[in-house]
Amino acid sequence: MPDVSLSTLRKGARGTITAVRHNPQSLGDEAQSTVSRRLIELGFVAGEAIEVIAEVWPFGDPIAVRLGATSFALRRREAEGVMVEVMSAV
Amino acid sequence: MAEPTDIVRVALVGVPNSGKTALFNRLTGNRQKVANYAGVTVERKEGFFIGRRGTRKIQVLDLPGTYSLVPTTLDEAITRDFLVGRLAGEAPPEMVVCVVDETNLQLNLRLVLELRELGVPMVVALNFSDVAESRGFRLDRTRLESELRVPVVATVAVAAGGERALAETLDEVPHPGPRLSNVQWREPSLDEIAATQLEVRRILRSARYEQPLRQRALARLDAVVMHPLLGPLVLAVLLFLIFQAVFSWAAIPMDAIHNAVGWAGDQIRDWLPAGLLRSLLVDGVIAGLGSVLVFLPQIIILFFFILLLEESGYLPRAAFLLDRFMGSVGLSGRAFIPLLSSFACAVPGIMATRTIPNMRDRLTTIMIAPLMTCSARLPVYALIIAAFIPKQAVGPFNLQGLVLFTLYLAGILAAMAVAWLIKRRSGPQAYHPLLLELPEYHWPRLSNLLLGLWDRVKVFLNRVGTVILSLMVVLWFLSSFPAPPPGATGPAISYSFAGMIGHALAVIFAPIGFNWQISLALVPGLAAREVAVGALGTVYSLEQASGDITSALTPMIAQTWSLATALSLLAWFVFAPQCLSTLATVRRETNSWRYPLIMAAYLFALAYLASFITYHVARGFGL
Repeated sequence: MPDVSLSTLRKGARGTITAVRHNPQSLGDEAQSTVSRRLIELGFVAGEAIEVIAEVWPFGDPIAVRLGATSFALRRREAEGVMVEVMSAV
Repeated sequence: MAEPTDIVRVALVGVPNSGKTALFNRLTGNRQKVANYAGVTVERKEGFFIGRRGTRKIQVLDLPGTYSLVPTTLDEAITRDFLVGRLAGEAPPEMVVCVVDETNLQLNLRLVLELRELGVPMVVALNFSDVAESRGFRLDRTRLESELRVPVVATVAVAAGGERALAETLDEVPHPGPRLSNVQWREPSLDEIAATQLEVRRILRSARYEQPLRQRALARLDAVVMHPLLGPLVLAVLLFLIFQAVFSWAAIPMDAIHNAVGWAGDQIRDWLPAGLLRSLLVDGVIAGLGSVLVFLPQIIILFFFILLLEESGYLPRAAFLLDRFMGSVGLSGRAFIPLLSSFACAVPGIMATRTIPNMRDRLTTIMIAPLMTCSARLPVYALIIAAFIPKQAVGPFNLQGLVLFTLYLAGILAAMAVAWLIKRRSGPQAYHPLLLELPEYHWPRLSNLLLGLWDRVKVFLNRVGTVILSLMVVLWFLSSFPAPPPGATGPAISYSFAGMIGHALAVIFAPIGFNWQISLALVPGLAAREVAVGALGTVYSLEQASGDITSALTPMIAQTWSLATALSLLAWFVFAPQCLSTLATVRRETNSWRYPLIMAAYLFALAYLASFITYHVARGFGL
């Protein structure tokens, strides 16, 4: 299955992170580099298992993910650069 | 015993939720000093302890929690600047203790590697080591130590003696010696950060770090708390229960305080002859302070719940649920925590905005924080509602309760409108991320709760004892002198300085239906909103001779004010610009006079407008 962006995954989807891409179109350059940097610092790196554990009604945004022993909340726009190889989609 | 001359200055660093501050408390006990870093309002907590050998004094600085040396918030910037020796007026540390959560090393270890690059002697404290052992975590600590090439000690911040290994290590390591030059530090690139993360994973494999699966119960709890439909419902029920508790549980201790104050007044009345001193003590000090002290129980209950939600790990999840909703008026989900605290008091609420990374978001949150109905407004609401709103049932609800709910709602809606206007005015902006850690749930520790609660109560009692007490005495003086001329027919206070000020202000406030007594009470209310009730008590008690002041106040205002005036005063207090502590805090937090002045002006304008409309609409209905 090809990699998809974390921002497209629904609650319950699991997979493995394959890359964190620098994607300045969606957030603007400065915000994007802050977000990418913090994502990597927090452990969003290739090879880590990730699961979408929650999304907020009604727009499904922001989402909460489980990464290692921690959960994080982030908006779908912030998740855009995180590429995931999906194991089980919903 | 002679003071040790061997002094080591140590900085505690760690990611948020690593139990760093609890460990700091455990190390230094009550030998702590809390101040601010020069020029900014980030809290600076320093303490010390004497090593077991008795020959070394270890000075410990508890730095704000940070995920990284590349900061995204003011707190994180302070930590970085301090560590690299860039912070004005602060010498860089001689040694660093990096506190890590052993149950979450993937998140914690990267900071250790980043700090190691600074070249400052370091000790790693493996905190939550008891939880790690009991939950079945595996870790070869010796191996970790040899990989990191710094001493690694296990600590348990929440148990007596859990700091011992760390204290002994700090006592026994060779003195690092003075720092010769500033640290060389540059921001790592994204690739370098990613490389560090790979190194973290390699070290963890080498130290055979194994985590058990997350407890099923915690995963299930998250599934409910963050459920698309159940989550908001749980949040609403929690908030409802908190406010319910604030109003119903507090009633009994409030009655007790009320009675104690009345009793103290009676005692003094019996003991002292009628005269100036008795008037000062009974009418000025006791009546004034009593009316403020009476809502200490409400403050305690509200802060108890806020601390409980904070300690348990629930609050960031609430911020997650509300992010979209708050984003619609231009606020971040992170603003939820400061705004919730503002229901107790805007001062800690405004201080809590430091965790909002973006300055614009932070300023907007600061600006609307005073619109959350703080507990200082409750005595005013309670007094007026008791006097004017009948206790009749409206369906399953009580009319008095509904009015109170409406006042809270009016504050929230006004805050959202103001936030939306600020967003519109300031035009399009750069994106502000949410990206937030949702820490694991913890059973809150009673000792931590009580400690936090005591801090809040101390601040409040301090205010009562200083600002409020002196204002009460000043107000009593203004209300008692000069004495009425012989043969005067009106109440004595009407001829006093206070009466004159009140009459002068009444010209400004007459269009919104305030009489001179109310206008007068608004003046000391500047110091703290709750003082307005105390001031009304003083003003009206000096008009009459009988005993119990506060219970006499309700029927007295019910007789002398029109309903339109009462509603207008309620509307006034929804916006209530008159709180000097809030304005002083905004001045400190923003380091400029601009924002407190804007805040005072816009709140005054809104309050006047709202009262004007309320008064005239009510008059139109013949009230």
